Amino acid sequence: MSIWEYANPKKFLATSEKVMPALWVLSIALCVGGLIWGFFLTPDDYRQGSTVKIIFIHVPAALMAINAWFMMLVASLIWVIRRHHVSALAAKAAAPVGVVMTLIALITGAIWGQPMWGTWWAWDPRLTSFLVLFLFYLGYIALWEAIEDPDTAADLTSILCLVGSVFAVLSRYAVLFWNQGLHQGASVMRAGAVAGDTEERVSNVFATPLFVCMGGFALLFLVLVLYRTGTEIRARRIKALLARERLEAEA
Amino acid sequence: MVDLGKYADTVLSAYAVSLLMLVALVVLSIRRGRKVRAEMEMIEERGRKHG
Repeated sequence: MSIWEYANPKKFLATSEKVMPALWVLSIALCVGGLIWGFFLTPDDYRQGSTVKIIFIHVPAALMAINAWFMMLVASLIWVIRRHHVSALAAKAAAPVGVVMTLIALITGAIWGQPMWGTWWAWDPRLTSFLVLFLFYLGYIALWEAIEDPDTAADLTSILCLVGSVFAVLSRYAVLFWNQGLHQGASVMRAGAVAGDTEERVSNVFATPLFVCMGGFALLFLVLVLYRTGTEIRARRIKALLARERLEAEA
Repeated sequence: MVDLGKYADTVLSAYAVSLLMLVALVVLSIRRGRKVRAEMEMIEERGRKHG
């Protein structure tokens, strides 16, 4: 069996409809379980007080905001190289999910930043690159809507996705590139952390429910993209059927 | 009930806004999915009737 079999819309729809019920249940269970665990069963942080509970939404949303763009990049490259319509439609389907994740990360970051940093917003490298990523998402969605021909739209949005990937990378690694700004450095999965060096890492009390939430958000993203890709495949079929009807009416 | 102290408004507003957006995303995705599926089935049925 090859992964390219799923480039066939019928095969994609049949398989995704089989796995989606389990994915819905698992993603909601992990999200709800992780958030209840984080909200009700974790202590306050000694410096940040109860605001630390925002981490259980902010970090998973930010992670998915960046990963959604990378998923769109891979799907777009598959479209550009192999011309599989399902991959172009999967990229299109992922964008609204990614934009919501980016918006959640930006809003919860601002709400969290106000009491901790004394400001809702700062032109900090990570915050700024995230804002630019959000604008790229909006531009990507607008470009899909603006172009009538789906293949041309897929071509142009793929190029935009490639360009926007620079900001997805910057969003992920801005805190490592520049040692300035208000946003803290990587602390959940810090590269180069060694045994005994725990001062700047998230404590296990918070890390375990956080990983549950991250898993839940990742699965929620996956199931939403599968569902929305199915919708895009059907919407494309509607266009084709209506075009055929018009041709038959004219003949 | 968990005691959020002086940051209760901050934490609750962050959760409320986020959950609202996530629920809206799921509901709107499902609503559009059902609408498109129904429309496609209607057009396919029309096509079958007209041969």
